[in-house]
Amino acid sequence: MSAVAAAVRAPVRARLLEPEHGPLPLFLNDRERGALLREIEASGLRGRGGAGFPTAVKLAAVAKVGKAVVVANGTEGEPASWKDKVLLASNPSLVIDGALVAAELVRAREVIFTVGRAHGEVRRRLERALGEHEGDVEVYLESVPDRFVAGQDTALVSWLDGNEAKPTIRRPHERGLLVQNVETLANLGLIARYGARWFREAGTEDEPGTVLVTVHGAVRQPGVVEVELGTPIRDVLHRFGGLTALPQALLVGGYFGTWVRAHDALDLPLSNAALAPLGASLGARTIVVLPQDACGLAESVRVARYLAHESAGQCGPCVFGLPAVADALERLDVDRVRRLVPQVSGRGACAHPTGAARFVASAVEVFSDEIERHRSGRCCGRTHLPVLPVGAATEWR
Amino acid sequence: MNHPAVWFLMRGSGIVTLLLFTAVVLLGIATSMRWRAGRLPRFVTQGLHRNVSMLAVVFLVVHVATALADSYAGVRLSHVFVPLPAHRYGPFLGLGALSLDLLLAVLVTSLVRHRLTQRVWKGIHWLAYASWPVAFVHAVGMGTDRHLGWFQVTALACLGSIAAATGWRFAAALRKPYPKYLEART
Amino acid sequence: MTVQLKLDPILCDGYGQCAELLPELVELDEWGYPMLPREPVSRRHETDARRAVKMCPRLALSLEHVR
Repeated sequence: MSAVAAAVRAPVRARLLEPEHGPLPLFLNDRERGALLREIEASGLRGRGGAGFPTAVKLAAVAKVGKAVVVANGTEGEPASWKDKVLLASNPSLVIDGALVAAELVRAREVIFTVGRAHGEVRRRLERALGEHEGDVEVYLESVPDRFVAGQDTALVSWLDGNEAKPTIRRPHERGLLVQNVETLANLGLIARYGARWFREAGTEDEPGTVLVTVHGAVRQPGVVEVELGTPIRDVLHRFGGLTALPQALLVGGYFGTWVRAHDALDLPLSNAALAPLGASLGARTIVVLPQDACGLAESVRVARYLAHESAGQCGPCVFGLPAVADALERLDVDRVRRLVPQVSGRGACAHPTGAARFVASAVEVFSDEIERHRSGRCCGRTHLPVLPVGAATEWR
Repeated sequence: MNHPAVWFLMRGSGIVTLLLFTAVVLLGIATSMRWRAGRLPRFVTQGLHRNVSMLAVVFLVVHVATALADSYAGVRLSHVFVPLPAHRYGPFLGLGALSLDLLLAVLVTSLVRHRLTQRVWKGIHWLAYASWPVAFVHAVGMGTDRHLGWFQVTALACLGSIAAATGWRFAAALRKPYPKYLEART
Repeated sequence: MTVQLKLDPILCDGYGQCAELLPELVELDEWGYPMLPREPVSRRHETDARRAVKMCPRLALSLEHVR
């Protein structure tokens, strides 16, 4: 990396949420562009929006197309996830930096930032930071509907095209659209300054870097914290003030994620590799701690109904399958849930039915005792306040 | 040409064309409503819709060709495609041209359907709902047989079946799209 | 060069004609939507598969070449 970058003292612990990072390399020629792309590849940076796609591969694919546009995706349609909003509100200039680096790499002259419509404060702070931006890249800020799938890349592009925020078949990169999560872009902004080796100083060999984690439920200080990948989950929860009650289960990965039994997960490191044997993955790193006295089944039914309501209504297996799965779960018809899951998974234009089915399947496994209790007319946690938040927006445009 | 056979062929092929296109519209509605003719697979209904439409076009070509060939009828090529009132026939010849133009749009878009989006193809295909009534008025207005009993019965049967099927189709379209198809599935 | 059946789930509207034309390959779920085989289409079924692609009322079905 350049002498200037090496001279700047690079932070190790808090990187993404800490502003003031120093000069940013811009206006690259082809050789420098290639070198930076290789640096990003060496860093092993993967998308932070949940899908975890290798960022360097995506950048290279879009760069090939020619006339490119960068979409900085801060939509975060999942009600349980707050990390993108927190990042945009506390360190918008780093996200803007990253977006400009991405624009430089794919030779885009336009960057579109997106946030959910309901989040006025986030929008205001981002708007203010964008106002300070100078340069010949055009920047735009759009407020998108607060629907669960609105942050999905093809749905977001559909909305930007003037249609409803519903997924489509066409992949954005084929049209030269680089849709990147704002946390991924923030990391780009840091790697461009400090290099791949610095990035890899945190995290694990296979999952390098730091990530933003949203945690709520039975913790003292629910919110968003930056942690290194590979940190033991118990330590991660300490960063949120520790547990307020005995935990029953953790929802790992948000509403497309899976429930895991608390005692199975608490001592595992925060990594996809460690969670894979439990059938779980980090997704967008939303963790909800379910206390003993809450009803995991009631929570899951409520979210399953929400996910059914949030179907874009374009694909039969999703439109019909998700309400059927929610019904089956509510009726405690475990066999029907198990039969429906393969009928619904993978049969939509996007991951919505697959994720929803996975969520419900995990509820049936982890809360099997709770199901038995319900069958015999006993439930322990139905009077508990709802733990998992759901949205209420109705517009698609 | 002034042979009476040409004149009869023109009128006969016109009536057959109307009957065939009546069948085509009914089959098209049956396809979109997922109607099952007993135990016949639904692809048979759709296959008939496509094939009968091709047959109807053949008879339409005969009808137009004989109309052009018949010197007594006084129909010129421009009358076939341009819907304008004609001195002898009032508006009715022009309505035939209008119906044919609408049909051409439906036909051509269906032949190149793979190049079009679903929305564009469907929007133009619905012009068939306009083409048929216009053709019907043309048939009744032009038909020198319109005072004959068998013609009136035939015409009323066509009109009645189309009205009923179209009513059924539009009622379904007004209800929420997805549950509609749940009913139609056996 | 083998071919594989591919479905556009957004265009698909559950007409089910593909299942009628390819009963050995395509099964309908309980809502009438097709579940396509993961394996490529064997030579024996290729003609019927092409017919199913042509007959789909929504053009949701296609045949993709796979190595």
